[in-house]
Amino acid sequence: MSIYATLIAPFADYGFMRRALVACLALALGSGPIGTFLVLRRMSLMGDAMSHAILPGAAIGFLVAGLSLWAMSAGGLIVGLAVALLAGLVSRATSLREDASLAGFYLISLALGVLIVSTRGSNVDLLHVLFGSILSVDDQALMLVAAISTLSLVVLAIIYRPLVVECFDPGFLRAAAGGGSLYHIIFLVLVVLNLVAGFQALGTLMAVGLMMLPAAAARFWASAVWSLAALSSLIAFVSGWVGLLVSYNFNLPSGPAIILTAGAFYSFSIILGRHGSLRNRYFPGAHFHN
Amino acid sequence: MGGIIDVIDLTVAYDRQPAVHHVSGSFARGSLTAVVGPNGAGKSTLIKTIVGLMNPSTGRVERHGLGRRAIAYLPQQAEIDRSFPINVADTVALGLWNEIGLWGSIKPKGWKRIADALAHVGLEGFGHHPIAALSAGQFQRVLFARLLLQDSAVILLDEPFAAIDERTTADLLAIIHHWHEEGRTVIAVLHDMEQVRQHFPQTLLMARELIGWGATSQVLTDEALRRARAIAQGWTNNHNHATGHAA
Repeated sequence: MSIYATLIAPFADYGFMRRALVACLALALGSGPIGTFLVLRRMSLMGDAMSHAILPGAAIGFLVAGLSLWAMSAGGLIVGLAVALLAGLVSRATSLREDASLAGFYLISLALGVLIVSTRGSNVDLLHVLFGSILSVDDQALMLVAAISTLSLVVLAIIYRPLVVECFDPGFLRAAAGGGSLYHIIFLVLVVLNLVAGFQALGTLMAVGLMMLPAAAARFWASAVWSLAALSSLIAFVSGWVGLLVSYNFNLPSGPAIILTAGAFYSFSIILGRHGSLRNRYFPGAHFHN
Repeated sequence: MGGIIDVIDLTVAYDRQPAVHHVSGSFARGSLTAVVGPNGAGKSTLIKTIVGLMNPSTGRVERHGLGRRAIAYLPQQAEIDRSFPINVADTVALGLWNEIGLWGSIKPKGWKRIADALAHVGLEGFGHHPIAALSAGQFQRVLFARLLLQDSAVILLDEPFAAIDERTTADLLAIIHHWHEEGRTVIAVLHDMEQVRQHFPQTLLMARELIGWGATSQVLTDEALRRARAIAQGWTNNHNHATGHAA
């Protein structure tokens, strides 16, 4: 089997594979930088919580309009943002910390989402919402994912500097420039938007995987924010590509194949990465003798 | 009150517990003031409220029209993520925020000023080092270089010498004296009373409430320090009894 036949042919031969690959590229471009900032802000689990919070919104959209891309996306977006803002409000108004209040809200919305889908739809519908299907991405979904990625990159470029400073030295940003929480909220909106984009392809539960795994893996290699973001996008895209091929050749579901490929990059990085990896920690001699 | 910054009957509370309680007074233009008091006395809270990071529950801080540009703030090191992937030069460059804002680029002249500021704090040639590779003392030097670039009339330092080696402390104290000579107003939260007596002409002693504010030799009396400790002891006891209504 030639390299072409293995790596390229499935995409050349089948439109659904091509669309899936383009969807992965678009997702990777948006998710890479967003995931990087989640990792840097120590909000890795926040992404996970938010992805669950999107479910009831998507489910309500599904109830109203069936398997409609726009209805489910709008529902997911609205409920995702509502949960993020409610959790923030509760943690400011009460003594509960933000992670705990977020956990409370997302668990409620997850249960609500599963309840809505299962009372009104079939198991197949539930599986679709939970696990998505990148192989059934149509042009409309592709446009949505691409639009969200474009928007994310443009907005991130605009707020890049204050966002970086807010992660690194929030007191300085608020004292010198003000508006710290404004950037936080804009960023949260981008997180939810990208999860909505991801859930079309990978489902609510796995959308966050393409966001967090490449970003966590990149942390072991890159040492500046921009290179972390670029590397995360690259790893996310390659994971999508390899995952699709694995899924195609071995007849495995595409979502898990993609996320597990990203997981392989992550594991490899933990062991062999350039900064702070196991290799660094236990075999430092290999690097520091001159 | 005619200071550069006046504090007027200021109370700041966390969760209804006042951390700063009815403090009034005035920082004179060009003064060099140490803010001291027991742990939990509200020193950092006072600084943060002056900077505008926290809001008063009652009372107010009168900044007499000083904008953000005019006030530079050094947070406690613990509030900064020192593992963040950013290098020394970029960290110092934040001091140019007022000139470059959200989208401006740094001109060659700006980079020259960054290099000069690094040389001034004894970190010449460290520009490309990631901050994660620095010691606590070196990192504090970086933050002082950033303050140098901010070039502000009022400089607030929250525990600038906590966990910092002696040599760095001496170098940074020299920079503070230089700011004082230039006529800038410097306010620093400190713990070492000997250091305060030696280097800071003015002192604000607080234990949530104000105990003394004025010339250091008159404020830091044994009697005043005993009183501050006694008040702080009261918080600890209240806490132990867990009344839940300590305020």
